Amino acid sequence: MKSLTFWVNDKKQTLEVEAGEMLADVLRYRLGLTGTKISCGESECGVCTVLVEGEPVLSCNYPALKAAGKHVTTIEGLAQGEKLHPLQEAFIKNGAVQCGFCTPGQIITAAALLSSKADPTDQDIEYALNDTLCRCGTYPAIVNAIHAASDKINHNKPIEFPTYDFVGGLEVVGQVVARPEARQKVTGAAVYTDDITFPDMLFGATLRAGIPHGRLIKLDCSKAKKLPGIRAVFTAADIPGRVNHGLIIQDWPALVGVGEKVRYVGDAVAIVAADTPEIAQKALALIDVEYEPLPVVTDPVEAKAEDAPLVHEEGNLLKHIKVNRGDITLGFEQAEIIFEDTYYTPAYEHAFMEPECSIARPVDNGGVEIYVGSQIAYADRDQVAAALGLPQEKVRVRGPLVGGGFGGKEDIAGQIHAALLAQATGKPVKVLYDRQESMLVHPKRHATQIRVKLGLKRDGTLTAAQTELYGDTGAYASLGAKVMGRATTHSTGPYIVPNVKIDCYAMYTNNPPSGAFRGFGAFQAAFAIECLMDKVAEELKLDPVELRRMNALRKGSITNTGQHLTESVGLLECINQTQAEMLKFTGGEDPFLSREVNGEPGKRRSWGFAVTFKNTGLGEGAPDNATAEIELLKDGSVEIRISSAEIGQGLVTVLQMITAQELGLPLDKVNVYLSDTDLTPDGGPTTGSRQTYISGNAARYAAGTLKNAMLDTLAEKLNLSPEEIGFKDGVIQANDQKLSFAEVGELMRAEGRKTRLKYEYVSPKTTPLGEKGDKHFAYSFAAQAIEVEVDLVTGEVRAVRAVGATDVGKAINPLGLQGQVEGGLIMGIGHALTEEFIVENGEIFTDSLSRYRMPSIKHVPEDIKVIIVEDPTAEGPYGGKGVGEISTMPVPPAIVNAVYNACGIRLNRIPIDQDWLALEIEKAAR
Amino acid sequence: MSLFQEYMQPDTIEEAVENLKDAPGSVAVIAGGTDLLLDIRQGRHQAVDRVVDISGISEMQEVALEENFVYLGASVTHKQIISNSLLAEHAQCVVEGCGLIGGPQVRNVATIGGNVSHALPAGDGTISLLALDTEVRIASTDGVRWRPLIEIFAGPGKVTFDRKNELIVGFRFPARGPREGSAFDRVMRPQGVAIAILNMAGWVKLDEKGDIEDVRLACGPAGPKPFRARKTEEFIKGKSWDEASYQEACRILADEVSLRTSAHRATKEYRHKLLPVLLQKVLDSAVERAKL
Repeated sequence: MKSLTFWVNDKKQTLEVEAGEMLADVLRYRLGLTGTKISCGESECGVCTVLVEGEPVLSCNYPALKAAGKHVTTIEGLAQGEKLHPLQEAFIKNGAVQCGFCTPGQIITAAALLSSKADPTDQDIEYALNDTLCRCGTYPAIVNAIHAASDKINHNKPIEFPTYDFVGGLEVVGQVVARPEARQKVTGAAVYTDDITFPDMLFGATLRAGIPHGRLIKLDCSKAKKLPGIRAVFTAADIPGRVNHGLIIQDWPALVGVGEKVRYVGDAVAIVAADTPEIAQKALALIDVEYEPLPVVTDPVEAKAEDAPLVHEEGNLLKHIKVNRGDITLGFEQAEIIFEDTYYTPAYEHAFMEPECSIARPVDNGGVEIYVGSQIAYADRDQVAAALGLPQEKVRVRGPLVGGGFGGKEDIAGQIHAALLAQATGKPVKVLYDRQESMLVHPKRHATQIRVKLGLKRDGTLTAAQTELYGDTGAYASLGAKVMGRATTHSTGPYIVPNVKIDCYAMYTNNPPSGAFRGFGAFQAAFAIECLMDKVAEELKLDPVELRRMNALRKGSITNTGQHLTESVGLLECINQTQAEMLKFTGGEDPFLSREVNGEPGKRRSWGFAVTFKNTGLGEGAPDNATAEIELLKDGSVEIRISSAEIGQGLVTVLQMITAQELGLPLDKVNVYLSDTDLTPDGGPTTGSRQTYISGNAARYAAGTLKNAMLDTLAEKLNLSPEEIGFKDGVIQANDQKLSFAEVGELMRAEGRKTRLKYEYVSPKTTPLGEKGDKHFAYSFAAQAIEVEVDLVTGEVRAVRAVGATDVGKAINPLGLQGQVEGGLIMGIGHALTEEFIVENGEIFTDSLSRYRMPSIKHVPEDIKVIIVEDPTAEGPYGGKGVGEISTMPVPPAIVNAVYNACGIRLNRIPIDQDWLALEIEKAAR
Repeated sequence: MSLFQEYMQPDTIEEAVENLKDAPGSVAVIAGGTDLLLDIRQGRHQAVDRVVDISGISEMQEVALEENFVYLGASVTHKQIISNSLLAEHAQCVVEGCGLIGGPQVRNVATIGGNVSHALPAGDGTISLLALDTEVRIASTDGVRWRPLIEIFAGPGKVTFDRKNELIVGFRFPARGPREGSAFDRVMRPQGVAIAILNMAGWVKLDEKGDIEDVRLACGPAGPKPFRARKTEEFIKGKSWDEASYQEACRILADEVSLRTSAHRATKEYRHKLLPVLLQKVLDSAVERAKL
C-alpha cells in the first residue's frame, strides 16, 4: 500500500491505495464517490471521465497514484450545494438523460469543453464528445443541452424546456416535464447496483467454459479452496435447488456439472466468493478443469441438417413457427411478377453502458435479498428461489436504477450465482461483470437468414408473400421462440397481403444465446421485407413510397394472421408526413435520385425509405397484465408502486404523469416506487414496448380506484354526489369547501377506509398463432426516410439527414418520447453502419467495446426531424401504445435503400461493409 | 483491482532507466498508459510487476526548436501536440495525425512516445513522424543515443531496442524550410478497432518552379513494420506533381507496399484501392502547404 494525497472536489484526501489501483476504483470504492461510473475498463466509452487539473481523463485507466498532489473534479463536485451547474440543469430540461449511466461522464466532458471554449459550435461539441458514448443515443439532446448551458453561462439566458408540435391535450399527460430521477442522475447521486456496498461484503467471480461445446470431465477446486481469502467455491453439485433457469424453457444451467455439457463459451462451471475481487480471480485460475471437446454447430441452417451436432439431446429445433393465410399457390398464380431474395442480419450486442451486477445478502428469515438492475424482477425472484430451493417469498428482488437494458437484462446473469454464494457464506456477495464478461454472457440479438418471395400485380398490388426464416437462438432458449415468432409475423411487412405462407425455424447452435433485443425479431424481419420492397418498386417503375402506400395496412385491413384492424392504424399518416418532410428537404425534387455532393465529385447522396410496424405488449396468447398499488400517504402525497423497470425509457415519468393526471395532483406530489418484489406488485416484464400501455393502465386505474374511494368518502361525509366534487392542482373542491389530499386521507383513515389500494390491469385477450382471434391488442407504425452520403471510392457511408414519423397513439411524455425516438434512430444507424457481434466457430471475436463499436456522437445525422402521429387506440392509456422498439427498426433498410439509390449497389446484409461496397462500386463501373 | 505491484514515478531520465534496469520482475513503461493498462487488464499483455510512469519527467515533455531541428519529447501528449504552434508550423502531418486519435480524454494522456513504442505498423503518430525523417533518442544507464526512427521497429509490437533497459525519451526532425509541407490522412472502418485500415503521411520540398525537389512518404499497415515508400519517393523526386507522375507513383507504390487481408478489417484489394486515394489527398495537401 502507498499513501496518496490529492484533492477531490476541492477537499484534501489522504488515503492508502494499492500501487496498481486505478483512480476510478479509488473514487468509487474507497471514497464512496460513486457518481463516477465504470463501463468498459478499456478507454473506449468515456463514462468514467473525471477532470484532473481541469482536463478530462479516463479514470478507469488512470493510475490513482498519478493523481498525487493534483486536483480531481468528479460529477459530485459540479453543483454548488443545492444549485445545479448550468450543464446539469440543461441536461435535465433537454432530455439528455435517459438511463443516466453515462450522464456523469458526458457532463464532466462537456464541462471541460465549456471551460476551454465558452461558446462551442456543433463541431466543437462533436470533437470533444467523440469518445464519450451513450447507448440510449441522447446525443442530439446533449448537443442542445450544451448550447443551452453555454447560453446560460455567457448570456444568462434561462434554460427552458424544448417545445414540440406534439405537445398538449391534458393538464399533465402530454406536457413536457423533467424525469423525476434526472436530478440524481446529473449529480451522481443516482444509485445503480454496483454503487451499493455492505459491510463484510464478499466478491464473486465465475469460471466460464471458454469452449463452445464439450463435456466437462474434470473439475477440481481443491487448490482454489485453499487460497487465503476464499470463502466459498461452488459447483453444480452444490446447488440445493433447480440447476436450470430460463424465462420460458428452463434449459440453461446456472452451473454445468461434471459429466454434463457446456454449450457455449460463456457457460459457467464454478463460482467463488472471496474477500477481494483479486483473490476471486486468482482462485478461478487455480481451478483444474478438463473438457472432452464436442463438434460445434454455429449456423442455424446447418443446425437443421439431419447429421448436425446436437446442442440439446432433444434436437436443435427450438421451434418451427408457421403462418398461413389464404392460398399461397393461388396468390402466386394471380401475381404478374414475382420477386425473391435472401437477407442476412448478424448478432448484435446490447452494449448497455452499465455491465451486469448482482448483490445478494442473506436476511433474517432464512431467505436472500437481491439487488439487481433487471428488466424482470419477479422472474428473477422465481428463478433464484427455484435454484436455492426456497419458497418464492423468501427471495426479495430489489431494483436499483438500471443503466440501460434494451432487452439484454431480461435473462438471469449473476443473480443466481450471487444468491448461491450468499447462502453458502452467510455474507453479502457482489457479482459484478466487467465489460468482457458482460459481452460473453448475456443473450444477443438473433442472427437471421430471411428469404422473402413476393407476388404482385404490375400495378404494385401484393397478391402473395412467402417467407422462410432461420434464427440463431444460440445455446439456450431464452426468449428465442418468442423473438422468432415476432420475426415470423412481421416478415411480410405492414402490408395487406391476401395470401401468405411463412415458415420460421428457431435453431439452437453453440453460439452465445440470443434473446430479447429492441425490435425483438421484428427488427430483422423489417430489414428483409423493406429491402425487397424497394427492389420491387424499381422493377415495377413505381415510386417506392407509393408502392408502400398502396399496400399499407389501414383501418379495416386484415393482417397476415387474420387480425382485423379496426382502429389506430396510423401507417398512412406516417408515410404521408414523412414523405412531405423529406420533400421539403429536397425542395420537391425526387429524393431517390443520386445527387453529387457539392464540390466533391467522388461522393453521392440520396434518400432511402422504409416503413414498419411493431406490436405493443406480449401478445400471441401470453397473459399480459400488471398490478399497481397506490397509497395516499399522510402528508397528502401519493405513492404508486409497481414492479416494472426504469431502464432509461422514462417509465417513472410516465407513471408519475398518469397518476398525477388522474388525481389532479401536481407532479411532485406523486412518488413512483418500482421493482421490489416484497413491496411492489408484479408489473410484468419490461419488454415488448408494453410498459406505458400495461403498467400505465394499471397506474391509471389504480389512481382511479383511489379517486373513487376518496369521492365515496367525501360524498358520504358531505352528502354530495361525486359529480359535485372536483380534483384540481392537488386541491379537492367540494361545494364551497376546499380540502387537501392529506385531509381526505385523514377522513378515510378515521372511517377505517383503505388508503392503500391495488388494481390489476388485464389487457385484451390475444390468441396463439394458429388459433382464431387477435394476435396483438395494438400495433405502432412508423415510416423512416434517411439521406446517406456514399464515398464512391472508399465506400464510406454516413447518414446525413433523417426524417421519421411514428404512430404512438398518444404522446404521453413528449420529452421522453423525443429522446426515445432519436435514440432508437441512432441505434438503428449503429446496426446499419458500425455494429456487428462476430462469433467465429463459437468463439467471440468482438469481446470488447473496442471491437464492437456503438455509434458515437459523430454518427448522428446533421438534421433529424421527429414526427409524432397520434392515432389513438381506445384501450391504451389516453390512446397511447408502445414506442420503445419501433424507432430502431426501419433505419437499416432505409439506409441500405438509400445507399442503392446513391450508388447503384444493393446490399442484402448489414452492417454495411464499406470494403465490399467500394469494390462492388468499382466492379459496376467497369 | 490492482493491475501491478510497484508504481514508480521518476523525475529524471536517469532515474527512469535505473528503475527499468533494477526491476526485480517484469517491468513496463507507461506514460498515458492508455494502451498498456488495458492490454494488461484484458490479458493481452503479460502481467507486469513494476510500472514506470515517465509522464513526470520534464525533459521528456519539451517541444523546442534547436537550430535546424525540432525536438519533441516522448511524453508530450496528443493534446499538447495539436495545440502547439511550433509543431503546427514544423510538423503539420504529426499534428494532423495526432488530432485524429481518440477523444479528448485519450488525447490528454496518450503520448507520442507511447504511440511509437507500441510499434504498430499503422500508428498514426508513428507514420506521420516517419514522413519527417525523424530520429529517436534512446536512453539507458549507459547514456543516450540517436537512431533513425525507421530502424527501431522489428515487427508488430516489437522493437529493436531493449525495452527492459532502454527508453525512448524524445524525437527530432528537421525544421520546416521554405517550400516544404507535410500532411497526413487515413481511412477508418466504422466497425471494429479504431486503427486505420490504411494511413499515410507525406512530406514534400518544392523547387523554385514548384516541382517536387524532395519527398518522403510513409504508410501503414504496409507490412509488419511502419513503412517508408522509398521507391515511390525516388520516382517522385524531381517530377512535377501532375496526373502522369501521380499515376506512375500509384503504380510504384502499389508495387512496393505489402498489403494484406486482415480478418474483420479489410481486404488486400480494398487496401490497394485506398492507396491512390490517400496518395493523392496527402501529397496534394502537402504540396499546397509547401506553396504557402
